Amino acid sequence: MTQVVAKKQSKPISSYLLRRTKVRLLSILALPMTWIVGVYIVSLFLLLITAFWNVDPFTSLVSPGFNLENFKMVLTVPAYIATSIRTLLIALSVTAICIFFAIPLGIYMAKIAKPWVRNLLAVAITLPLWAGYLVKIIAMRLVFTEEGFFNWAMAPFGIRGPGFSIPIVILTLTYLWFPYMALPVYTAIRQIPPNLFDASSDMGAKGFTTIYRVVFPLITPAVIAGSVFTFSLSLGDYLAARFTGGATQMIGSIIAQNINLNPPVAAAYSMIPIFFIVIYLMVARRTGSLERM
Amino acid sequence: MLRISRLTKAILIAIVGFLLIFMYTPLFVLILNSFNESQISGWPIESFSTKWWAFAKDYQPIRDALLNSVLVATGAMIIASILGTLFAFAMKGFDFFGKSTVNILIVLPIALPGIVTGVAFSNTYSNFLSPAGINLGYFGMIVAHATFCIVMVFNNVFARLKRMNPSLQEASADLGAGLWQTFRLVTFPQFRTSFAAGALLAFALSFDEVVVTIFTAPPGVDTLPLWILKEVGRPNQASVVNVVATVVILLSLIPVYVSQRLARAQEEER
Repeated sequence: MTQVVAKKQSKPISSYLLRRTKVRLLSILALPMTWIVGVYIVSLFLLLITAFWNVDPFTSLVSPGFNLENFKMVLTVPAYIATSIRTLLIALSVTAICIFFAIPLGIYMAKIAKPWVRNLLAVAITLPLWAGYLVKIIAMRLVFTEEGFFNWAMAPFGIRGPGFSIPIVILTLTYLWFPYMALPVYTAIRQIPPNLFDASSDMGAKGFTTIYRVVFPLITPAVIAGSVFTFSLSLGDYLAARFTGGATQMIGSIIAQNINLNPPVAAAYSMIPIFFIVIYLMVARRTGSLERM
Repeated sequence: MLRISRLTKAILIAIVGFLLIFMYTPLFVLILNSFNESQISGWPIESFSTKWWAFAKDYQPIRDALLNSVLVATGAMIIASILGTLFAFAMKGFDFFGKSTVNILIVLPIALPGIVTGVAFSNTYSNFLSPAGINLGYFGMIVAHATFCIVMVFNNVFARLKRMNPSLQEASADLGAGLWQTFRLVTFPQFRTSFAAGALLAFALSFDEVVVTIFTAPPGVDTLPLWILKEVGRPNQASVVNVVATVVILLSLIPVYVSQRLARAQEEER
């Protein structure tokens, strides 16, 4: 006993901290919280403040103030509204296409393929995820350019690609973010116990009915979790549009153009994707699937 | 077992095959084009040569960009490893008011689009810190990268801590070890593979990041993705870009391989 007391005295900081949970928590959280709040949240807050500022037309310097002109502009100029809606539709299309392909892929991998095929496919889907964001955009650019692979491969069938345009942007974004949908959906389908399929077929359901009535409801949370990524990542992207979209502009394109010329407008326009994502997250949260992310 | 008709199975296989072609054709076209002798990429490739590989090997801007990428990613990885691990310990060991808010704060830098994060940092640096006489320069880029890398380390370490037996730490304290000694000898050895995996993911995420880098890189400094970005706009050296892109693809195999090995090591630890 005396020995224990002696050791405790020899480590005053440790024994103090062990007794005080709050102090211990504070000492652990102090550094990371200071970073996240002090660096990131403050930056986001300053961005919001900048959205109310204006640019001096003579010196072209940012000057503090308070006016709603930037927000008014973002919400009323037809080109800005059109870009917001276009970006929203592109992000939703990408999400829909990802869901459409992730489900059959997941069903095949999890429930039909032999184990070695399954493992091979799991690696095959994960690999492009790592191949580099910009690399994939350049690769898509090479495939769909006028003199590119797609037009060459399709020439015998008399098909020509649309050239750099919105459909190719959607395709490129799908290419970039598909694994974010495919992997959670596959995992969710794998977790469905096989006897549910037996039960379903015992009760007379055919393959499609089982997929529709048993598989779909069980994987909805995974689909929603995946869609948060495909939606949010597509919504904020602008390099895919810049390199595979021809003249296509997305929200990010306009923010990027304004960041040096007119930071307050860029700041105000940044609130649009934040707004869309917050709405999307709130809808996703109501379905109760975010806890699984 | 899921019973499906032959036709359904054939359709599924067709979809999977189509997806694989869709995912891998662009990469192969890109890799083959790095051996294109002509300056301009195209298809079909008229003649092959390794001359762009030889050119890229000694091309100083590429070396500089690679060095910058490694430096930034290393810096971001170190900061994110410390902060992510601290967050993981706080979220695992304690219940406190606002815990779910802290959780959101950790995920936020990666949940918000890169352009928002990038513009927010750029705005702070150039419209607030610069007028106040503070120029972060190179370090500003590392700060931005570290911020969105925290979640990678956090996720990995937190998942491991959740499965750890807390009585080991209590036993260590009962035996008279201080907090630091317990951490060093008991706790850390149990989660070091997850820690390494998280750090590796953080490095890879930073190495690949473009959008945040565009807005936070000081003038005249290129990371590898930034260099690629600039060159894609210029048509005269397209084939060199393909060489660098191919190297990036090959480098990306390293984290895939290492993370698989680490995952296996983790399974054995359990």
